Amino acid sequence: MSKTFSFFLGCLIPNRFPELEKASRFVCDALDIGLEEMEGASCCPAPGVIKSFDKTLWYKVAGRNLSLAAAQGNDILVLCNGCYGTLKDVSMVLREDEGKLGMVRDSLSTIGRTLPYVPDVVHIVEHLCFDYGFEEIRKRVTSPLSANVAVHYGCHLLKPARYRGFTSFEDPTFFDELVETTGARSVPYLEKNSCCGAGGAVRSGLKDLSLDIARKKAASIKGADCIVTPCPFCHMQLMEVSEIPVIYITQLLGLALGGTPEDVGMEGPL
Amino acid sequence: MTNSIYSCMKCGTCTGACPSGRVVAFRTRKIVEDHCNGEIDLGDESLWYCTTCYNCMERCPRHIDITDDILGLREQAYRAGKALSPHLKVLGYLHKTGHAVPINEKVADKRASLGLSRLPPTTHSYEDALEEVRRILEGEGVSGE
Repeated sequence: MSKTFSFFLGCLIPNRFPELEKASRFVCDALDIGLEEMEGASCCPAPGVIKSFDKTLWYKVAGRNLSLAAAQGNDILVLCNGCYGTLKDVSMVLREDEGKLGMVRDSLSTIGRTLPYVPDVVHIVEHLCFDYGFEEIRKRVTSPLSANVAVHYGCHLLKPARYRGFTSFEDPTFFDELVETTGARSVPYLEKNSCCGAGGAVRSGLKDLSLDIARKKAASIKGADCIVTPCPFCHMQLMEVSEIPVIYITQLLGLALGGTPEDVGMEGPL
Repeated sequence: MTNSIYSCMKCGTCTGACPSGRVVAFRTRKIVEDHCNGEIDLGDESLWYCTTCYNCMERCPRHIDITDDILGLREQAYRAGKALSPHLKVLGYLHKTGHAVPINEKVADKRASLGLSRLPPTTHSYEDALEEVRRILEGEGVSGE
């Protein structure tokens, strides 16, 4: 077992796209990454609405999720840029701001929970690229793919940069490299680094505007067989406007690691 | 390093970097300027046009935390009773279920057909865990009504 994480599901993965949960569990199993269930975890909470409405509430609900992982003695693995935006940012703030850490600890004591330390929060793409490593993945690829892929990073995998630090947000390459471990080829496109338009509570509040932003992005993709995403929210958004299939990163990896379409929750081959 | 909004030199980099500003008349620079001048209308829908992509904040040559400032204005709007109704609905779901996007019968069936537990091992499966989340929410004045 390479490393065991507390596995944070969030909302969209288990409650809208369980096929992505299935693919992610398959890939972690194939790569020998341990997953411990976070029983009783809630929404991260959603950075768009909850962080906009009430930052104190945002810290406290996120703090409760962090405390579940701390009780297991693990770092947290997330599958969603939104969950990452909340839990990573809150974990970073709690490490540098004793006042906020105290506030969260006080809140947890009222529900019988503690936060003895602040667990690290890792996006599955971040873990695979910077910890697990491309070489180790390549060694395990048994069914190389030949697709041309439009890679979408999404915003909160990269920003705010002060709480990320593993790459340049203007011209990142790590996710392309991860996609290419499968044999697929990442193709350039004009709006590659643009937002999908879903975040910041824009999709939930002002859907037309949000889809207009997504359409601009999707329309600039040329010569790709599919879009690959690291986030179920970007995924949902791009599915609605894209003429080519939208695939989540663990679905793509799962196929390359020898999984069947069924193993990764797909209806048919790529 | 972070500077106050009053150090804005009105260069417009924020507006130029904004994904919403490309499809609607959302002018980030104007929001910062209006905030500096105490002229923000908390009922203005455009406060909710920001996708929080952070481009403006990352590229600001004066290192102003613009996205965080917009989030602060939204918090004021929420407290002034001027949040958008779909957003209040999301907060209601969080209180009712522990999830901003709760499960439904169709997805529960799909989970089962995929070989996953019918309900995820979250607040959906643990009533006492949901009660903890509700207590935190109610402590901040969120009743779910």
